[in-house]
Amino acid sequence: MSIKKYFGPLSKNNPVLVQILGVCSALAVTAQLKPAFVMALSVTVVTGFSNLVISSIRKMIPPRIRIVIQLVVIATMVILVDQILQAFFYDMSKMLSVFVGLIITNCIVMGRLEAFAMGNPPLPSFLDGIFNGLGFGLVLIVVGFIRELLGSGTLWNVQVIPTSFYEAGYMNNGLMMLPPMALLLIGVMIWIQRS
Amino acid sequence: MKKLEKISEKVGKWFQKGKPLHPLYPFYDAMDTFFLTPKTRTGTGAHIRDAVDMKRSMITVMIAMMPALLFGIWNVGYQHFLSTGETVSYLRMFGYGLIKILPIIIVTYVSGLTVEIIFAKIRNHQVAEGFFVTGLLIPMILPPEIPLWIVALATAFSVLFCKEVFGGNGYNFLNPALVARAFIFFSYPKVITGDFIWIAGQTDAFSGATPLAHLSLGEVSQLPSMMEMLIGTIPGSVGETSKIAILLGAIFLVVTRVASLRIMLSVVVGGLAMGGFLNLIGGNPYFEFPAWQHLFLGGFLFGAVFMATDPVSAAHTPVGKIVYGFLIGVMAILIRVVNKGYPEGMMLAILLMNIFAPLIDYIVVQIHIRNRKKEIIKINNLKI
Repeated sequence: MSIKKYFGPLSKNNPVLVQILGVCSALAVTAQLKPAFVMALSVTVVTGFSNLVISSIRKMIPPRIRIVIQLVVIATMVILVDQILQAFFYDMSKMLSVFVGLIITNCIVMGRLEAFAMGNPPLPSFLDGIFNGLGFGLVLIVVGFIRELLGSGTLWNVQVIPTSFYEAGYMNNGLMMLPPMALLLIGVMIWIQRS
Repeated sequence: MKKLEKISEKVGKWFQKGKPLHPLYPFYDAMDTFFLTPKTRTGTGAHIRDAVDMKRSMITVMIAMMPALLFGIWNVGYQHFLSTGETVSYLRMFGYGLIKILPIIIVTYVSGLTVEIIFAKIRNHQVAEGFFVTGLLIPMILPPEIPLWIVALATAFSVLFCKEVFGGNGYNFLNPALVARAFIFFSYPKVITGDFIWIAGQTDAFSGATPLAHLSLGEVSQLPSMMEMLIGTIPGSVGETSKIAILLGAIFLVVTRVASLRIMLSVVVGGLAMGGFLNLIGGNPYFEFPAWQHLFLGGFLFGAVFMATDPVSAAHTPVGKIVYGFLIGVMAILIRVVNKGYPEGMMLAILLMNIFAPLIDYIVVQIHIRNRKKEIIKINNLKI
């Protein structure tokens, strides 16, 4: 079994660009690169480990209440991530505010549990979760990169556009800081990917 | 005319398939049909023989915009010399305005047509005429001191995202000129709001606040007189200041039947209704500002005449046009008075109603169908 099989979510079957899932958080946290990166990491961890857990106990879950059980597992993971962020990266946790908690509503997590983890052994499920999280994260980071570069002239909070540009009349694009621009950027990415 | 035809034919040979200039064919085609009548004609089916095609109607709109544009150019110079305190001849004022405004117009056309031609090339269709009007509208709704690179960026953005991705000319559900302005408004608020951008090369001591800015601060006494606002010797976006010039354009558009009188009137009625309603509430100078005077402020009239009537993005049914126009008027005054962050409500009102226009049309058509059905049932004494 080759690992290549799991690369689908990175491009050909990207959860954001192809399945149009998880767009909400992609709009909310991508105004800067740093929160986008942390969000990408968090979602990757959550999808990976909830896939692993659900897949290990998939034969014990009664089909009728599987959604509830899946939610409990996801919620546990999300709370873990949230607590870790609060304990070690308090500023970042403040910045992401409610959106860490909202990972639980991210359709990608639930979708992978239903579509993959319920019918596959633990290890492939884990990899599937990780790669889907990475596919989501890739979009987040690209959008975050463009928005921070053009919106604030910085990357990872470091000024990258030289001051001589500003003196020559260059200005930061305020629209980049607003969510509609993220939607447009994702639209452009979908356009590029499909053509 | 004959001579022009011959030149076009001669030049056209260079652009045929296999010739070195073929990649530029869309550009040649645009120029050719701009000056001459298109060579292709409808072959079959019933059609009306008429001299008016899209290009002619677009040129009609451009002619209608000329008074406002020319006055706007002169006014840029007038305001500049007013702020420096110099007295110069009218011609010099016009010349100064021309130096300021002409680059904006050129940049708009170059930027917009570049995007259009690239898309025409990729999609294998001709460059559409729609941009001629858009390209002239954009400079007219911007302040004279706008940096040129922002103009280029906004134009390219609006042509790309508001027009080409939806299928090009005739498929833009929003008004491209207003999208360009909205892009600048939200991206670079510094260059399009405030008191220091409306007069080109203004000195610091001179207040360049627009009448709308005075009003939003409650300084009713600072307002220019009605006469000044009517003639247009006030600071503001290039094309919007002179109400007389705009009305001239409106009359021309209505007489040539290019723009819908229905929409223009219902926008004005909507604005008056909302203004009157706010007068009744009262409470602060802005709410108490007479409704009819609102019509002379900011871009209200300009929007009503040149923007709301855009045949592509407006409602199409006769009743729909009235509803659409009325709601634009209402929203424009509402946004202007209640939300002081957005003094120019007209832009947002028209964009908002552009989005709702298809829905309005749909409702109107559905109601019509239902009424017709009822009629049939009544005539035939049917029971259902």
